[in-house]
Amino acid sequence: MKAHTLQVLVENRAGVLSRVAGLFSRRGFNIESLTVGTCEEPGMSRMTIVVLGDDAEVEQVKKQLNKLIDVIKVSDITERSTVDRELALIKVSADTGDSRAEVMQIANIFRAQIIDVGTRSVILEVTGDTEKIDALEILLRQYGIKEFVRTGKIALLRGSKGTKGQK
Amino acid sequence: MKTGARLLIEGLQREGAETIFGYPGGSVLPIYDELYDTPIRHILVRHEQAAAHAADGYARASGRVGVCLATSGPGACNLVTGIATAYMDSVPMVAITGQVPTSMLGNDAFQESDITGITMPITKHNYLVKHAGDLPQVVRDAFYIAGTGRQGPVLIDIPKDVMTAQLEETPLVGTARLRGYQPTYEGHALQIEKAVGLITEADRPILYVGGGVIASGASGEVRRLAELMLIPITTTLMGLGAVPCDHPLNLGMIGMHGTEAANYAVTECDLLIAVGVRFDDRVTGKIDAFAPNARIIHIDIDPAEIGKNRPVDVPIVGDATSVLQGVIRRLVRKDGRDGWLDRVRRWKESGIAGGEASDALSPAYIIREMSDLLGETGIIVTEVGQNQMWAAQHYCFRRPRTWISSGGLGTMGYGFPAAIGAHFARPEETVVDVAGDGSFQMNIQELGTVVQYDVPVKVVILNNMYLGMVRQWQELFYDRRYSYTELPPVDFVGIARAYGVDGMQVEEKADVRTALKTAFETEGPFVLDFRIEREANVFPMVPAGAAINEMIGRRQG
Ligand SMILES: Cc1ncc(C[n+]2csc(CCOP(=O)(O)OP(=O)(O)O)c2C)c(N)n1
Ligand SMILES: [Mg+2]
Repeated sequence: MKAHTLQVLVENRAGVLSRVAGLFSRRGFNIESLTVGTCEEPGMSRMTIVVLGDDAEVEQVKKQLNKLIDVIKVSDITERSTVDRELALIKVSADTGDSRAEVMQIANIFRAQIIDVGTRSVILEVTGDTEKIDALEILLRQYGIKEFVRTGKIALLRGSKGTKGQK
Repeated sequence: MKTGARLLIEGLQREGAETIFGYPGGSVLPIYDELYDTPIRHILVRHEQAAAHAADGYARASGRVGVCLATSGPGACNLVTGIATAYMDSVPMVAITGQVPTSMLGNDAFQESDITGITMPITKHNYLVKHAGDLPQVVRDAFYIAGTGRQGPVLIDIPKDVMTAQLEETPLVGTARLRGYQPTYEGHALQIEKAVGLITEADRPILYVGGGVIASGASGEVRRLAELMLIPITTTLMGLGAVPCDHPLNLGMIGMHGTEAANYAVTECDLLIAVGVRFDDRVTGKIDAFAPNARIIHIDIDPAEIGKNRPVDVPIVGDATSVLQGVIRRLVRKDGRDGWLDRVRRWKESGIAGGEASDALSPAYIIREMSDLLGETGIIVTEVGQNQMWAAQHYCFRRPRTWISSGGLGTMGYGFPAAIGAHFARPEETVVDVAGDGSFQMNIQELGTVVQYDVPVKVVILNNMYLGMVRQWQELFYDRRYSYTELPPVDFVGIARAYGVDGMQVEEKADVRTALKTAFETEGPFVLDFRIEREANVFPMVPAGAAINEMIGRRQG
């Protein structure tokens, strides 16, 4: 099993998210993350979906997605040169002076912003690839993570090539 | 000024829908009011499930898109089994449902059900139309999606206020505008080249053809390819009729209740040419032992079917007719497969030698007599269970679209309403519903429809007073513990008469032919209640999970 990143261009219509999500659950495909938002094409949205599976399974996922009328194009960008980012918000305990200083130091190293400071906790905002966010999470665990939320991955191909167009 | 309902009707007419099947209710009153004086013929069924099956039977018999109509909530929900049946067998259908007004959507209003949500996994696509002005284009797109590529059902859900909305201007309708849907019809030239290479090299090739060949109208091409290269053919349940049953190269049906010849030949072939099939588990049995030594060419219009259950050597996405034409054009006749053809012929001959003739009223005998009487004519529609398999095994199908049966979903109650639909598509044909006593009772109320519109469908009940197919499994695999599969006798002829349909009960083998003749010669509908041997089984049979050459039982006479 391997994580594959799919970029899916869809019609920006009511119901399209449930069509895609329904397809995954119905066919027993494993979704790691799914993000969706409007994009540069009017009337379309771009989804970034990370699926777990072997190559044959992911091939089936792509073909089934392509069968949806509201799906315009599916591209597997796993093996291609991309930039990918996630955003995470992490609420960490920081009630002693020591731990507060340490957390801020770690935040600094990861280029994370402290966006809220309470008496007993701070909230960090960090962007980066999936591995970076995973690493930060592990480091902060010792202080006590109270809440943790992440957007899931979004990605674009490097250079001037895109994933637009007809399927 | 035009209403949304008017635009819908004009859209249906533009798409050439001349007969639709439906059942009214509060949310579709505006549509029914429009139907009152249009040339579109509306057939009032007795249950919405029957409307969907009738539209399905109409589509399978004609190749055109079938249309059904139901009200919101319970009406729409009653269509669901029929839509799922059509989806599994790739039948072109447009289902239209009424919906509560847009202002009440999502409020659990009276007779509201989220039918687009419910049917998402069983439609090719569906629409909830929120603006009357969208209707003309939606109808155009829906018919286009239903009837092209891998065909399937499309549902259009229309809130009542959208039906009554008044539009100043009639919106223009363009060609179908679908940037996310462009089916591939032409096969890739390079892949066709590779297929030609494999076919030329093969020593033991087999053609394995299914419903896609019927849908595409590729029967002639299949036959030409087989005759040119001397390739034996087997069809799936859905492919019956693609090649005449008595064609010398036809080995009959493959799979769980297939012939020995077909199942052995596929197991031993070195090249499997799969056309318009999907390697369904009822066909392949244990998938690892299916054509284990063969290279595989798979031709299908749906790319998602290729490689889904079994890796293939030469995938060709495209329409069966056009791809096969491309293949045939490049092939040079090859002889020298006499050894293979001889082997296949021997399997075929030993398989046909059925059981000894007895005096019992056997289902096989009834089907064969029927086949003999109808000859080149007739459309056979079936219910589900043993009746379906006996019809598949013993009727000699000679033309495409003369075999209509629920393959993928296996829906009991399908046959009778589908037969009604088939009649409206091809009124010149004798349409027979081969039924089981269990299945017939699932949509027996359609006797009312048959009388109201004088539909001359003949119902041939193979009455074993059992849910026979389930009983057979209990006999073979559950130690004869017949748990809830016995059905008390029903006076089917009495029920038919009460509706105004003529009928006859038959208990003796000697009366079969006369009874069938009487039914076929009667102008209107007719119900034949054949009291068959109660514990007759469908053989041969591949037990679930076994390889297809591990058959038990012999074909029964
Ligand atoms: C709607 C539905 N319910 C249940 C089944 C399971 N099932 C398959 S065959 C069968 C028995 C059918 O009995 P009958 O119509 O009398 O046909 P027979 O097998 O006796 O010829 C049943 C219950 C089904 N296929 N469809
Ligand atoms: Mg029965």
